[in-house]
Amino acid sequence: MIAELGHFALALALILAFAQTALPLLGAEKRDARLMSSAAPLAIGQFIAIAASFACLMWAYAINDTTVLNVVQNSHSAKPMLYKITGTWGNHEGSLILWVMILALCGLAVSAFGRGLPSTLKARVLGVLGLIGVGFIAFILKTSNPFERVWPPPPDGQGLNPVLQDIGLAMHPPLLYLGYVGYAVTFAFAIAALIEGRVDAAWGRWVRPWSLAAWSFLTGGIALGSWWAYYELGWGGYWFWDPVENASLLPWLIGTALLHSAIVVEKREALKTWTVLLAIIAFGMSLLGTFLVRSGVLNSVHSFANDPERGLFILALLMFYMGGAFLLFAWRAQAMAPTGIFAPVSREGAIVLNNLLVCSISAVVFVGTLWPMFADALFGAKVSVGPPFFNLATFPLVVPLLLAMAAGPLMPWKRAQLWPVVQRLWAAALIGFGAFFLALLLTGEHVMPAVGFGFAAWVIGAAITDIADRTALFRTRLGNSWARARNLPRAAWGAAIAHAGIGIVAAGMAGMGLAQEKLVAMAPGDTTEMAGYTWRLDGVRDTPGPNFTARRATITVLRDGEVLHVMQPSRRWFPIARQNTTEVAIRTNLLYDLYAVIGEEDSATGKAVIRIHYNLLAPWLWIGAFIMAIGGALSLSDRRVRVSAPNRKAALPQGAATT
Amino acid sequence: MTRKKRRMWILLLCAIGLGSATALTLTAFQDNLVFFRSPSDIMTGEQRPTPDRAFRLGGLVEAGSVQRDPTVAGQRPVVHFRVTDGANVIPVTYQGVLPDLFREGQGVVTLGKLGVDGVFRASEVLARHDETYMPPEVADALKRAGHWQPDQGPAPAPAIWNTLDPRTQQPTMPGRTGS
Repeated sequence: MIAELGHFALALALILAFAQTALPLLGAEKRDARLMSSAAPLAIGQFIAIAASFACLMWAYAINDTTVLNVVQNSHSAKPMLYKITGTWGNHEGSLILWVMILALCGLAVSAFGRGLPSTLKARVLGVLGLIGVGFIAFILKTSNPFERVWPPPPDGQGLNPVLQDIGLAMHPPLLYLGYVGYAVTFAFAIAALIEGRVDAAWGRWVRPWSLAAWSFLTGGIALGSWWAYYELGWGGYWFWDPVENASLLPWLIGTALLHSAIVVEKREALKTWTVLLAIIAFGMSLLGTFLVRSGVLNSVHSFANDPERGLFILALLMFYMGGAFLLFAWRAQAMAPTGIFAPVSREGAIVLNNLLVCSISAVVFVGTLWPMFADALFGAKVSVGPPFFNLATFPLVVPLLLAMAAGPLMPWKRAQLWPVVQRLWAAALIGFGAFFLALLLTGEHVMPAVGFGFAAWVIGAAITDIADRTALFRTRLGNSWARARNLPRAAWGAAIAHAGIGIVAAGMAGMGLAQEKLVAMAPGDTTEMAGYTWRLDGVRDTPGPNFTARRATITVLRDGEVLHVMQPSRRWFPIARQNTTEVAIRTNLLYDLYAVIGEEDSATGKAVIRIHYNLLAPWLWIGAFIMAIGGALSLSDRRVRVSAPNRKAALPQGAATT
Repeated sequence: MTRKKRRMWILLLCAIGLGSATALTLTAFQDNLVFFRSPSDIMTGEQRPTPDRAFRLGGLVEAGSVQRDPTVAGQRPVVHFRVTDGANVIPVTYQGVLPDLFREGQGVVTLGKLGVDGVFRASEVLARHDETYMPPEVADALKRAGHWQPDQGPAPAPAIWNTLDPRTQQPTMPGRTGS
């Protein structure tokens, strides 16, 4: 009964979403205030219906209802309650319901916080969001209905894939989806602006917080996914340039460009068409990511079994939304003439450069990710594009990006002189070169990691310079600087912090370039040396778990005869899924990770395969990403973003006239 | 600065950005494109890769072929197994921890180089997250080797792959389809 209720609520949501598309769009066209104001209650209704549907599915998981096929395929009664709940979105069908629920939540947020929006723009934004909802709810109902029953019910479920039974991965999809869906909102704003035929500073002020929020969530989601791959898969790496990873990186890259160009629209009313285009592409990349992950057209190390019918449906959705958006763009983009004029050397110019470089990187990643698919379709050649390609092709683009991102924030709007900016960056340059030579000296002949450290120090140094500059640090009394720092807009702090976060991630990457690993077969009592530590295997024994059994090794790490750490990596056997998983042991002091994995054991010799890693600065990768997300959130909390609403009514008399 | 001039600047920058990105992509492509080869591709000779070229070898892990040899090469543990597509077999050696879902009789994709002795030295054995997942390249290689004909139904379950003798022709699946 509960499952049918969930199914019904979802079907109801489809109808409400359809109404949310048709009525407000029609109302905005006819300037009919009553039709337009129907958008808000419809958005509330749609959200309630989807939330109810999601709650029903969660209930089915919580009580382990084996008459529901989706539960049977993905859950088991022996699973801990936490993973029963998170298992609701740990599978294709459930994750899609989460997707549309977050979309409906965003619609709700637009209607609730968008009081200051011109009514036609608001109605159109909600209408487009409704249209996106229609496509995805229809997709769920047609190809991925999670409420399908199975009769007679099997005695118990087949269990959730053990590698997914993890708290990091339980949080990963919701964060990614918050990012993807955030770009659905900026997309809706872009389409609404194209229909209206106008983009102005007020529009930019509305798009910016959404793109900031989406970007922050996506940053967190990608970092969490990378962290999960690092500690759960036990390969010792953090990024594999895998299609599924690239699929989340592409919207992030385009979103980064969007984030910056939206500032130019807001402040200077320039780059309008370009920003609208970026908003469209960012959502397109989000859809493409969903398509790549769900259709299985690409061979990924993260592949799960999948269904071509679903891929086809998502491809149709992608073509519908993107095709429609680009047609509209081609038709209406002419109407949006730029008003702000700027010199090539200016803050705007720096942002254009950022956009170009980031978009070039996305183009490279896009080609590398999709080429195997095209090669197969066009030439029937089975090829794959691996990490060497991506490293080689993106590196020369990342270098100028890191160089330029230091200078950009120091430039004034409209027209700037290059020389004063360069002068102000001498300290950062000094720190950068210092870090480079120091790293070269300490690590020997490893040039590339040293270059990485140099750039990391340069970017962080420039971010500090930016803040020091704005607060007139050392040029005036300290108390004066403190007062200035407190009065500095949070957006400025956010930008500097996010930029410094990139520097920290860069340092983490450089550190990982110096990582060491060793693979040994060890019997209990054996020792091995690596990275200046002595690693001793004390023994391997059985340990029971709730729904698995494990072989757990005890490894003692010694330095100069003194015990530093005791590490216990294990290898779990999940009898229900008939699958092994690797549980890595990690000891970190925030400067480096010691990382140990136990592989197979040989019963004849009593030896176990042990892989040990020394990962320099690995924690900085996630700390840096977290700092970037914090920077985004801080920028989002800027007073100017929050109180911008009342200004808009005055700026847009057209909106007021229609209400 | 006039609008025309500014537009020219932006277009110029765009052209430089796009041009350099394309150039970078193409040069990186030439050296780093990794081809997929099935055991039959290699044994029939036409597409036999040179020893210095890394490629992906895929097929099924032949039942009973996995040998773990923790003593060879000092302390480095080595695994030997054979990859088959039903018609031909390639021996593989791999140093490292096998992924959790590596099984005899199941599909596998490995990355590495083919030695002059005909042994494939894998540097990576690709993992999957899901037991029922069959890499599409492997499915295709099996199809081409005549091991499985899609018009006669879906691919057999991994458990049945396991029991098939790769070198004998199956009476239920006669003939080779070729590609």
